[in-house]
Amino acid sequence: MSGLVNGLATSGAGKQSPRLPSSILRRIVLQGKYETLAMVRNGEQLILAVILPLLALFGLTVTPFLDGLGSSRIDVATPGILALCAMSTAFTGQGIATGFDRRYGVLRFLSTTPLGRTGLILGKVLAVLAVLVLQVIVVGGAAVALGWQPRADGWLPGLTLLVLGAAAFTSLGLLVAGTVRPEATLAITNLLWILLGALGGIVLPAERLPIPAQNIVHYLPSGALGQALRDAFLHGAVAWTSTFILLAWTVVASLAAIRWFKWN
Amino acid sequence: MANLDGKMLRVVSGLSLHAERGRITALLGANGAGKTTTLECAQGLQKRTGGRISLLGEDPDTADAGLRARVGVMLQDGGLPPSARPLPLLRHIAGMYRNPLPIDPLVQRLGIDTFSRTSIRRLSGGQKQRLALAAALIGNPEVLFLDEPSAGLDPQSRQIVFDLVGELRDAGMGIILTTHLMDDAERLADYVYIIDAGRNVTEGTVSELLRYKTAAGEGINERALYFEAAPRLDFTGVLRSAVTVSETRAGSYTVSGSLEPGDLAALAACWAERGIMPSSMRLEARSLEDVFLDISGRDLR
Repeated sequence: MSGLVNGLATSGAGKQSPRLPSSILRRIVLQGKYETLAMVRNGEQLILAVILPLLALFGLTVTPFLDGLGSSRIDVATPGILALCAMSTAFTGQGIATGFDRRYGVLRFLSTTPLGRTGLILGKVLAVLAVLVLQVIVVGGAAVALGWQPRADGWLPGLTLLVLGAAAFTSLGLLVAGTVRPEATLAITNLLWILLGALGGIVLPAERLPIPAQNIVHYLPSGALGQALRDAFLHGAVAWTSTFILLAWTVVASLAAIRWFKWN
Repeated sequence: MANLDGKMLRVVSGLSLHAERGRITALLGANGAGKTTTLECAQGLQKRTGGRISLLGEDPDTADAGLRARVGVMLQDGGLPPSARPLPLLRHIAGMYRNPLPIDPLVQRLGIDTFSRTSIRRLSGGQKQRLALAAALIGNPEVLFLDEPSAGLDPQSRQIVFDLVGELRDAGMGIILTTHLMDDAERLADYVYIIDAGRNVTEGTVSELLRYKTAAGEGINERALYFEAAPRLDFTGVLRSAVTVSETRAGSYTVSGSLEPGDLAALAACWAERGIMPSSMRLEARSLEDVFLDISGRDLR
């Protein structure tokens, strides 16, 4: 019982055992691991991150929406579905989690610990990347089982741009989560996921959308990421325009989030 | 606020506070008096627009991980994720420190072991508060901030928390807490700042505050005697002029002033002489609540 206080007393109130933070790397990795487990254990997040993309993948292989755009339906569908995965995790998933963490004061409490605000954000980025790796393995694995044959020279640009897309969507998700109430974050990020997923050029390429939508879609983060991944995995090419559009979204959304994010 | 190196610091407007190691410093004030704002400025959670704050010799606005490792914070709303479970959460937070406290004794001491695997959203208010205290203590801080620590605490949790906080103070921790409860301040605090409308009104140890004199120099009694007897009795001339007897309600009398033993004897003698037998009587120490009322003219709640 008295062990706690004895432990304090014998520690010499700060002289013999200084109160030090653990290393910054350890703090960020711990937070990343903690948030990854929280996302993976959350049923709704799993549906959004894995189940819905898998259903969309199967759906696109049994319907003719993508016919004529590549060697096979699965080859055209999979890059878009991987882009959808990034949007699920980075935008909707992380946005909602952060919005509610903000409501419950979790962000404020953690920012008083050695983790701090920077560590908290970097931990979230790490968690998004970790979940994205799991999604690529599960969804990519399912696609391979369905006959996906990506170009070998598409992996490097494909995965790089997937990470860039995740960065853009994470910034956007944090921007929403940090500026409106969590209920609104929930509504906005889910609605945009559906709208961008269906009509944002992420799963269905721009040329399969109505003419007025085509011009806009290229400039959306969804359209740019979908295009970039299809160019990489279908043609082994780097879509430079799409890359710059994604970069621009990342920079603008990050700056806006830094400027307007409210911690309480 | 927590300038533990002995300098003054100012927060809100015209607020000047000072807290030391090995002492429990309480910020006492009504809701909206600026207590939480003050604490959050000192914790670096809110940027202040002016004034100076020194926390362990550093400015909390530019606090780095090194400073944060020396300071524990328990927020008013807890700041705990509802879907998490207490023990894994504490382990996670402990990982942020190089030399955290051993978790088991802390968890046992605060009675968290009985609900260590229940998700936080299903805990009672008192359980959440104890967990939030454990989370603030896990890094073995030199300075501990507690914002309304007894909010939602049942009497048993309150005893556990108050005992531990007292022991931590004795072990040399500097503790700063806010409360709107007089009883908290009277039981816990070594030094009290009474805050009203963003400025400090008065300060002192609890016993100093209880002897508080108004600006007019009128000494305020430390105790009051209340008794009930027949209505409309006249006690004029029975007691010294420094002591007054007033009938607050029909048959309810309050004797106030600088009461001395002789005053009680004189009153009892008067009762005996006139055949008055009070139906009830009690002698009460003046409370901090009375002091606050005297000073601000307002109720704390």
